[in-house]
Amino acid sequence: MGSDESLWTIFINAVLVNNFVLSLFLGLCSYLGVSAKYNTALPMGIAVTFVIMVGSLCAYWLNVLLAYFDLEFLRLISYIVVIASAVQLVEMVMKKYAPALFRALGIYLPLIATNCVVLAPPLFQTARGYDLAQSLVFSLGAGCGYILAIVLLAGLRERLHLANVPSVAQGGALTVMLAGILSLAFMGFAGLGG
Amino acid sequence: MANTPANPPPVTMDTFLEGIWRENPIFVMMLGMCPTLAVSNSVINAIAMGIATALVLVAAAAFASLTRKLIPHQVRLVTYVVVIATFVTVMDYVIHAISLDLYNALGAFIQLIVVNTLILGRVEGHASKRPVLPAVVNAAGVGAGFVLGLFCLGAVRELLGNGTFAGFHIFGPQFQPWLVMMLPPGGFFVLGAWLLLLNWIKARGARRIAEKEVTHGIG
Amino acid sequence: MSAIQPMAPPSPASRAMIITLGGVALLSGFLLALTYQLTLPYIEANQRLAVERAVLKIYPQTETRVGFVLGTNGLRPAETAAPGEILVHAAYDKTGELRGLVAEAAAHGYAGVVRLLYGYSPVCQCITGISVLQSTETPGFGDKISTDPDFLANFRALDARLDPEGNALLHPIVTVKHGTKTEAWQVDAISGATITSKAVGRMLNQSTQALLPGVARDLDKIRSKP
Repeated sequence: MGSDESLWTIFINAVLVNNFVLSLFLGLCSYLGVSAKYNTALPMGIAVTFVIMVGSLCAYWLNVLLAYFDLEFLRLISYIVVIASAVQLVEMVMKKYAPALFRALGIYLPLIATNCVVLAPPLFQTARGYDLAQSLVFSLGAGCGYILAIVLLAGLRERLHLANVPSVAQGGALTVMLAGILSLAFMGFAGLGG
Repeated sequence: MANTPANPPPVTMDTFLEGIWRENPIFVMMLGMCPTLAVSNSVINAIAMGIATALVLVAAAAFASLTRKLIPHQVRLVTYVVVIATFVTVMDYVIHAISLDLYNALGAFIQLIVVNTLILGRVEGHASKRPVLPAVVNAAGVGAGFVLGLFCLGAVRELLGNGTFAGFHIFGPQFQPWLVMMLPPGGFFVLGAWLLLLNWIKARGARRIAEKEVTHGIG
Repeated sequence: MSAIQPMAPPSPASRAMIITLGGVALLSGFLLALTYQLTLPYIEANQRLAVERAVLKIYPQTETRVGFVLGTNGLRPAETAAPGEILVHAAYDKTGELRGLVAEAAAHGYAGVVRLLYGYSPVCQCITGISVLQSTETPGFGDKISTDPDFLANFRALDARLDPEGNALLHPIVTVKHGTKTEAWQVDAISGATITSKAVGRMLNQSTQALLPGVARDLDKIRSKP
């Protein structure tokens, strides 16, 4: 089955045109919190990408199973449980086989499980009817888009530490405005990739 | 705010109002951002989303409060997540049955209510530690605050971006809509503007209190 | 999350955990199944209503609507549909004569999926109208596909003739820049809403290419109301 879009279109769409953070408003809570420093932003982005891809893969097979048994109404709840479990598993495996990586990413992994940017790609890929290859490319694109957005914002915020920001704007207001400007910039990608 | 089980805090109007102003989920706690920005480009969608989220919040808070002595500590989060996902799925189907147009407009964001940090955070941090009535009333207050916040965003975005309010044309046909307000950047900008305004009001209030204390010599 | 963890959970605690999780799972499964069953008739009714309204908009003289599916062996009644088969509605007027066929087309537009129904008339071998079912495109731009009179005029007689072999369209439907339409199989885009307009052209082309060859072969079977 699968939709008619090419793999490249799907990827570009997820990264630039409909960036998950800046166009679809997903993953914002962690985004606004973790983007304060560039050094924390990048590992977070990579962790999120990894979890999205694992979750997406599990969700694809889960959907096949659910469709076979005509149990579509259990979709949301089973996705959540599977993603949370996948995150736990990933955490345990990483702790055992890549402890250095685990220590670097460790704090962020549990937080990611309840991040909307992780649940969204599986939901979207199901709604659009993507096949396995398209789903994987889509979730890779979602993750890369998240990394791009978070790294850009972190860079901007670090610069602003040196600037003279009025006290009313400090904190949430400024970050949100910055995100708005980034979002505006990303709108320029509309139509890219067909 | 530790309250012993022997004398729980009385359920007052404040329990409800706390969620609207002092602990407003959108403007103060900055939780539940994802749906806030995504569906707030029209008043009707914003209010519908707010109400759907508020209903799930109240239901989840009631559940968490009722079962707070029954659920073992280690599985609390998992249980809450499953219960919230159940309520959200129910909400999803109910909206689909009531209005196809609304369902199409809100789209995937109904299902994303389940990962709205507002709900899990409030349920885990607040409702699971309180008796039923205060928990539910407070959840209703926070939910109302959420609807209010979404309304503020939706009203500005729809008015400036489309010249309409809940579908009714306010300005005349020669009004040039400020289109960016309806698009994602507009969501960020309007939220930022509201945050600026509220910060300014708070700062002005704090300044007034400080000035009064200085002039009256009160330490 | 700030409580001190117990040192070693005794087995009664494990039992409590299992009972809790099992109980919650059961309760939640029950609630979901109940909700699904209760809301299903309403959801189906809403969808049917939406399709009816759209079909009437395209063919106002429709008295009855009969659904068919296009399978590998041609047209069959819609009740026998298997997943993946294309649904096509036949609109019959008061006298039982076929006014036209209505089928669904969908594609990704600017901000989401755009779904519409289009009418095809076998007499003129052309598309005679569209009715947008679902669209979350930009208000004032992409959403004009349902209201802009010049855009809708594209579909009064959009050429969808089949080639001599009957396996594909003679001229694929394509969207062209606003104001440059010269042929009957072109769709003149809305100025400032190129992406949405292109999506409409693309979905119409895809749907007709997939549907019309099979439908044309079995057309005589459905010319009068079965």
